[in-house]
Amino acid sequence: MTAITAPQRTHLDWLESESIHILREVAAECERPVLLFSGGKDSCVLLRLAEKAFRPGKFPFPLLHVDTGHNFPEVIAFRDQRAQELGERLIVRSVQDSIARGTVVLRHENDSRNAAQATTLLEAIAEFNFDACIGGARRDEEKARAKERICSLRDEFGQWDPKNQRPELWNLYNTRVHPGENIRVFPISNWTELDIWQYIAREELALPSIYYSHVRPVVRRKGLLAPVTPLTPAREGEVVEEVRVRFRTVGDVSCTCPVESSAATPTDIIAETAVTTITERGATRMDDKLNEASMERRKKMGYF
Amino acid sequence: MNAVNDLWPEARNKGVLRLVTAGSVDDGKSTLIGRLLLDSKGVFADQLSAISGSRYSRAPADALDLALLTDGLEAEREQGITIDVAYRYFATPARKFIIADAPGHEQYTRNMVTGASTADAAVILIDAARAQDGELLPQTKRHATLAQLLGLRHTLIAINKMDQVQWDQAVYQRIRTAAEQLAQRLGMATPHCVPLSALTGDNVVQPSPHMPWYQGQPLLPLLESLPLDRGATAQQGTRLFVQWVIRHEGSSTHAFRGYAGQVQGGPLRVGDAVTVLPSGETAQVQAIQLGEQALQIAAAGDSITVALDREIDISRGDLLVAGGQPPQVAREFDADLCWLDRQTLNPSRWYWLKQGARLTQARITAVKAKRDISELRSVPHNGPLASNDIGRVRIRTRDTLALDDYDSERSTGAFILIDDASHQTAAAGMVRLGSEASG
Repeated sequence: MTAITAPQRTHLDWLESESIHILREVAAECERPVLLFSGGKDSCVLLRLAEKAFRPGKFPFPLLHVDTGHNFPEVIAFRDQRAQELGERLIVRSVQDSIARGTVVLRHENDSRNAAQATTLLEAIAEFNFDACIGGARRDEEKARAKERICSLRDEFGQWDPKNQRPELWNLYNTRVHPGENIRVFPISNWTELDIWQYIAREELALPSIYYSHVRPVVRRKGLLAPVTPLTPAREGEVVEEVRVRFRTVGDVSCTCPVESSAATPTDIIAETAVTTITERGATRMDDKLNEASMERRKKMGYF
Repeated sequence: MNAVNDLWPEARNKGVLRLVTAGSVDDGKSTLIGRLLLDSKGVFADQLSAISGSRYSRAPADALDLALLTDGLEAEREQGITIDVAYRYFATPARKFIIADAPGHEQYTRNMVTGASTADAAVILIDAARAQDGELLPQTKRHATLAQLLGLRHTLIAINKMDQVQWDQAVYQRIRTAAEQLAQRLGMATPHCVPLSALTGDNVVQPSPHMPWYQGQPLLPLLESLPLDRGATAQQGTRLFVQWVIRHEGSSTHAFRGYAGQVQGGPLRVGDAVTVLPSGETAQVQAIQLGEQALQIAAAGDSITVALDREIDISRGDLLVAGGQPPQVAREFDADLCWLDRQTLNPSRWYWLKQGARLTQARITAVKAKRDISELRSVPHNGPLASNDIGRVRIRTRDTLALDDYDSERSTGAFILIDDASHQTAAAGMVRLGSEASG
């Protein structure tokens, strides 16, 4: 037999392999895992990785979206379409229902519901008895996330204790939990925003249209471009402008901002991402700017 | 700005180098990483403005406290120390880097082990001002011991704060000699030593004008040129732990049964004869899938699905082996343990043992020796191991395992112990196969 030499592998291959390995470990060891799917780019990458991990079989977990009710309509349409194409089960639980139950109380009707998602998520975990929630968070996103394990234990209150994390050794993940506890699993922990876009380009993944350049009414607020929508109207004295923008992240309408861009394809976005001077969250999230530990405090409360 | 900027797409085929940094408290690890990120353009403008406005800054008013780039937790910024491993990412045109920034406090040894277990290289910091006489701190010895124990292929000694010793070559030389002697006593390869200042950026990314006597490269170019030869264990042959059995019934002609797992050791080819351990059954590789793509050959590291030419009883935790030297099949073996849990090792208890995709239970039947970190040697010991202890033990398992020596193949030579009651990860284990290993 002629010797076939082993193929060269790129950093994307390496990242992909590691993530598939993690998905399979969690699926095999946990009783009731669930994959959080919001329609965003990171969770689209997760779904692609799940296909590579489990096809031609079915996914060994349902998909869950914690719906704040403050979404961009393109993203919700995409979410439903993607779940249908995959033929996998999508569970939707909404912050609005938590508000109706009285478990979430907002000061103002149009306040950001981003932090409130934690409550709805914990309610869904309790309802379905999930012991593992697989999510698309990345360590490069935020300094508190940089500290998090790939399999991260949450106690029965959903709390993360950064001072008492389990050691995580080699690729041997400890997924054991007591009743009421769960682990949050981040298979793409080691990916960066640039890696995500390179992978989207390589795999030709479909994304909600608002990730690409489009013209949208915005106002300039605290150095960010705030989208003008029925939920987030312009404030008194603000000038509404039509600007060519794209979203680097998609989340709650009330706190997610687009950036000026004419990038219409993943390749364009890779070029922009490679030279940007602002982090993904710095450019787009108003709620992370409240204080130096916004994300950490939310995570301690059970946020993803 | 990312340093990949204009060089994309040439940069797309770069590999990944995983680093762990270690050093005592205040040796300047976080500052070094901050400097590495800053000078390789891995820091963004909003991150810089966030640290310049931080209420926890320890730097003078006109300077940046680079440590704040990595100390991400409130308590860390408040106390000015690093509590847990932070992972940082940056890319140069040459490669992508993942840095595990491990804290220096002795009580956080478990975090150093966590960071080192996935690393290819260790950067150990020494504070030149504190080690002027060439006397190394106990933590330096501990970190070097851990790097050696965990089998890191490359060790770099960053002799930091050279600005505080007037860039004195004699200080560098004394510390370098001590570091080389330490490596020799531990049986490690001679480490690269780089005199630098993380604070001023000398010899981190750019060569230092202050130390013309140093002939070597700055830290970053050194890191870019380290070989990524993880596959140096190929003579052991190929290993694949079955993580998951993929079944898809379909019509009978399209029925599919595949064994999903990650290839380790060497490549796996269609047509290879494989042995299933521990059962010893054999079969031939009929097809290899990576996603929907059919491969003729899978490289070490690929997460694939394998179909075999005949139906045999294979389930999660079984090991497929091809070529080279077969693993040893045993229920009793020697291992080095890094005990990580606050609860002391209890030889009368059963612990969960996870090796690859195999989960079984194990007891420590004997503690044979304990590592004396300051004297750099093993001493006979038959008491329990406590948190942060490193010891050689004898282990007995409920199920038969397929084992390789850790130094020749990590995927089958590494394991963790999990406390059955608390579910804490209690120990990191490295199989040491010697003359005593037996079935």
